[in-house]
Amino acid sequence: MIPVPVPVILSFCAAIFFIGLAGVLIRRNILVVIMSIELMLNAVNLTLVTFSAALDHPHGQMAVFFIIVVAAVESAVGLGLVIALFRTMRTVDTDQIQLLKG
Amino acid sequence: MLALIPLLPLIGFLINGSWYALGQARGGKAVPATAAGGIATATIGASFVCALMLFLQLLGSEEEARTLEVTLFHWISAGALQIPFTLRFDQLSSLFCLVITGVGSLIHIFSIGYMGHDESPQKFFAYLNLFCAFMLVLVLGGSLPVLFLGWEGVGLCSYLLISYWYTDPDKASAGKKAFIVNRIGDLGFLLGMFLIFTTFGSLDFTALKQLVLTMPVSGGIMTTICLLLFVGCTGKSAQIPLFVWLPDAMAGPTPVSALIHAATMVTSGIYLVSRLSFMFALSPDALCVVATIGAATALFAATIAIAQNDIKKVLAYSTVSQLGYMFLACGVGAYASGVFHVITHAFFKALLFMGAGSVIHGMHEEQDIQKMGGLRRLMPQTFLVFAVGWLAIAGIPPLSGFVSKDEILWMAFASEHGSVALWVVGALTAALTAFYMSRLFILTFLGTPRFKVAEPQDKGHHDHGHGHDHGHGDAAHHGVAVHESPAVMVLPLAVLAVLSAVAGAIGIPHMSWLEHWLHPVLAHAPALRPEVHHETEWVLMGVSVGIAIVGIALAFVIYGNLKTAERFKTQWASLAKILSNKWYVDEFYDALIVKPLNALATILWKFFDVKVIDRIVLSLGDASNQSGALARSLQNGSTQLYAFLMLAGFLSIVGYSLYGIFH
Repeated sequence: MIPVPVPVILSFCAAIFFIGLAGVLIRRNILVVIMSIELMLNAVNLTLVTFSAALDHPHGQMAVFFIIVVAAVESAVGLGLVIALFRTMRTVDTDQIQLLKG
Repeated sequence: MLALIPLLPLIGFLINGSWYALGQARGGKAVPATAAGGIATATIGASFVCALMLFLQLLGSEEEARTLEVTLFHWISAGALQIPFTLRFDQLSSLFCLVITGVGSLIHIFSIGYMGHDESPQKFFAYLNLFCAFMLVLVLGGSLPVLFLGWEGVGLCSYLLISYWYTDPDKASAGKKAFIVNRIGDLGFLLGMFLIFTTFGSLDFTALKQLVLTMPVSGGIMTTICLLLFVGCTGKSAQIPLFVWLPDAMAGPTPVSALIHAATMVTSGIYLVSRLSFMFALSPDALCVVATIGAATALFAATIAIAQNDIKKVLAYSTVSQLGYMFLACGVGAYASGVFHVITHAFFKALLFMGAGSVIHGMHEEQDIQKMGGLRRLMPQTFLVFAVGWLAIAGIPPLSGFVSKDEILWMAFASEHGSVALWVVGALTAALTAFYMSRLFILTFLGTPRFKVAEPQDKGHHDHGHGHDHGHGDAAHHGVAVHESPAVMVLPLAVLAVLSAVAGAIGIPHMSWLEHWLHPVLAHAPALRPEVHHETEWVLMGVSVGIAIVGIALAFVIYGNLKTAERFKTQWASLAKILSNKWYVDEFYDALIVKPLNALATILWKFFDVKVIDRIVLSLGDASNQSGALARSLQNGSTQLYAFLMLAGFLSIVGYSLYGIFH
């Protein structure tokens, strides 16, 4: 099996990362925004794993485990927040939730 | 004991002041003047006793040991500038202390009667006591800054007491005028003090006296110092050009005029010159200026006094004129004669002022001498004591005024700094003094009453219309029930009358105890001009007596018969108009200084302040408002915009770093 070349994988990761980033910036549904954040995190994970394999070094994979844990926690907290937000605001549309201003 | 002299009146001030403050807090019930005045009089009287005991101690000790000194605390300590709060009691201070506390006590007693109907006598007596305390600090201060503390303190009290009846706008503005005019003088004093410090590095009188003798200083600096200090004196002691405040200061209660504006505060200029006589002695130019200003003021004020109709205004201009005499004496180097005249003047002018106060009191606040006359029978005791004061100031021997004034005239003529011209001015002033004082005396006490005398049974009116200096009552309608003043007012007058009569004894020419006493603290008396003969002194003495008699006689001829006076006045109508308008000095100052200053202030306000400063400040405010509004549009609450901005920032940092790497 011919291994996929590293630059290809990295380009793929970058593409996923920026898709996620675009989702965070553009989408109006908070749930989708959180999903996009997951996408960005996993793009980073994939990058780390790629480097870990290419450089034959375990640190990258260790970092990935931490990130997976943190991402799980983040999703849990984030979803909790979204539910609390929905209860008070009756919406999950970011255009309707513009409270961070003086 | 030395510290007690200024401390006792200060305690009196604190008692009366806190009593007044507490009384105000509890609704301000009127208290009897006897209680407040009693406390005040007791403290100043005790101060007099202290001063007298120390004076006797000084008298009994050796000439070299005649200085008592006490340092109360360390006042200012800044690098080379070390100013302990030192009080020094020497020959010169002792005399001033005795006059201040002695005459001050008498005036306090008089005030008990005079202010008997005042609403808040505690306040009045508190101010009066505070004044005495500061005045004593002034004459006891061992260095210039301590003296200056007293100097400013008496200025403050003068202001407070002139505008004592502050509800009357005229009186309030008279107080302000006095304060502001004095500030001009004080600036000179301060500059002089600074110059002394930079030149000699010390401000203590004893140290300065040594330094002046040992340190070579150019005459120009010495003259500058003396003239700057003299500017201070012209303010405090009401000399040309800063004399304008003193006549207005008569708005205050009459005892205040007697104490502050005749006997004590206004003589502090002479005290300062005498105290620093060792400096003035080194600057003939400064002495010449002092003598000229003094002589000019004496003559100038005397001419104004002729045409005034307010009894207190006449005395005020007379005071200015007599102060001019004292500076004339200092200017020709005869400091002892100046101090001598300070003492005799304190006696007879306090007597005259309080006599005038007694008249005003008896006439129910009438101050216009044209509406008086014939008070000889109605107020016989006041008449008697006033007569003594009148003859003393007119220069009739052997009363004190004659002795001191004659000595000044002789020194003005004979001293090496003097001249015939100064003597002529002085003698002319003496004639005018005799003339206007006689005019005042005749119009007030002699002749027939020019007001409607109320029937004796009209007693109800007497107790009714007593609002001291507050207004002129309704005398014209009902007639005036003139009454002699109570004993508490007449007795101090009697004491002063005796003093005015005999005080000349301490300074009889050629055997002057005073000159001998002051010899160690004052600069040496000047040498006489070589062409002057000693016999001339007797001739001049005769001339000055003759002048006084001529002045008095002339006044009797003119004012003895009021028709003559009227004719005289119409003959000299234009002169009378100028004189009664005080040579238009106030108008002159108004046009020269006040109006331009006002115009300048208006320009600065309307143009500079509104159009420039305000505009700068307002546009600064506008700019921050607008930039705020601009920045605010970024913070619209959209989290995603914030995230986008963070990304943009992050990318630009990354871009910048990459740019750095590749270049």
